[in-house]
Amino acid sequence: MSLRAPIASDHQLARLLQIGIVLEEVVEARAEKHAEATQDAEVVAMLEDAVAESAEHRERLEAIIADLDAETVPFDEIQTLVEAQYEADQDFDGILYDQLCNEETAYKFYDDLIGAIEASDADFGVDRTHLLSVLETIRDEEADGVEEVTELMEDYR
Amino acid sequence: MNTQAQYLKAIYLAQQQADGPASTGAVADFLDVSPASANEMIGKLESRGLLEHEKYKGVDLTDEGIQQARDALQNYCIIERFLVEVLEVEQFRTEAKQLEGVIDETVAERLDTIIDREPQCPDCFDAEDDVCGLLDVEAEVTSD
Repeated sequence: MSLRAPIASDHQLARLLQIGIVLEEVVEARAEKHAEATQDAEVVAMLEDAVAESAEHRERLEAIIADLDAETVPFDEIQTLVEAQYEADQDFDGILYDQLCNEETAYKFYDDLIGAIEASDADFGVDRTHLLSVLETIRDEEADGVEEVTELMEDYR
Repeated sequence: MNTQAQYLKAIYLAQQQADGPASTGAVADFLDVSPASANEMIGKLESRGLLEHEKYKGVDLTDEGIQQARDALQNYCIIERFLVEVLEVEQFRTEAKQLEGVIDETVAERLDTIIDREPQCPDCFDAEDDVCGLLDVEAEVTSD
């Protein structure tokens, strides 16, 4: 429970969805960099799946944002920001751990966002049922992602 | 960031401004809540060992309270800096306050991977101006 939640307007909702898109872009860009840095076929496949999944989540969020008349930050801009601070010498454990953080963070973000939307009585410019259904699907896919990375980490122990 | 974290951050900043214990009125002003609400929460935080409250003197964070307040302030700095640097939001102070309740620390940590934050954060936070003292926001300040 927080002091200033829940979301009271389309503007606030659009801003949070924008942040969701940036998070997906960060996941996508970091997973791409990780995939370049490892030779392990299973890990590379997992990272490539994560990249594809983030791109798909981004597109779903962009479709909602378009209905709210808001703009998004282009992927290449976020990619540049990620690359500027990416530590290229991450070891294998570091890569898996970072990918776990990616998935867990995304899950937490969508879970909190869904909670804030449910707690809000604002009348949004997008269909609330559709909005929640999209976000719940994405959240559940992030939960699957957490499980997948955790299993992979256990396999390599 | 939950209510407790938002209170601890406000008390930390109010104490900085007062250069000593913070009055409950100052804490309430920071959070835009009634003094009665602030008093109630301060009582809860005291029972959790996060602050000491002395009548007529004010509120003083314990070491644990200071640590949690600094973490909360750091999260807030990340949100503000992210809004300015990445999303180029002019009304970033207002929006950061709206967002801090929904942006969890794990999410803030990820946003932190694409912003330029100085190692001394949150010591560079300017409570008076409600923004990191090292963030170049002159244009936004004048347009607020």
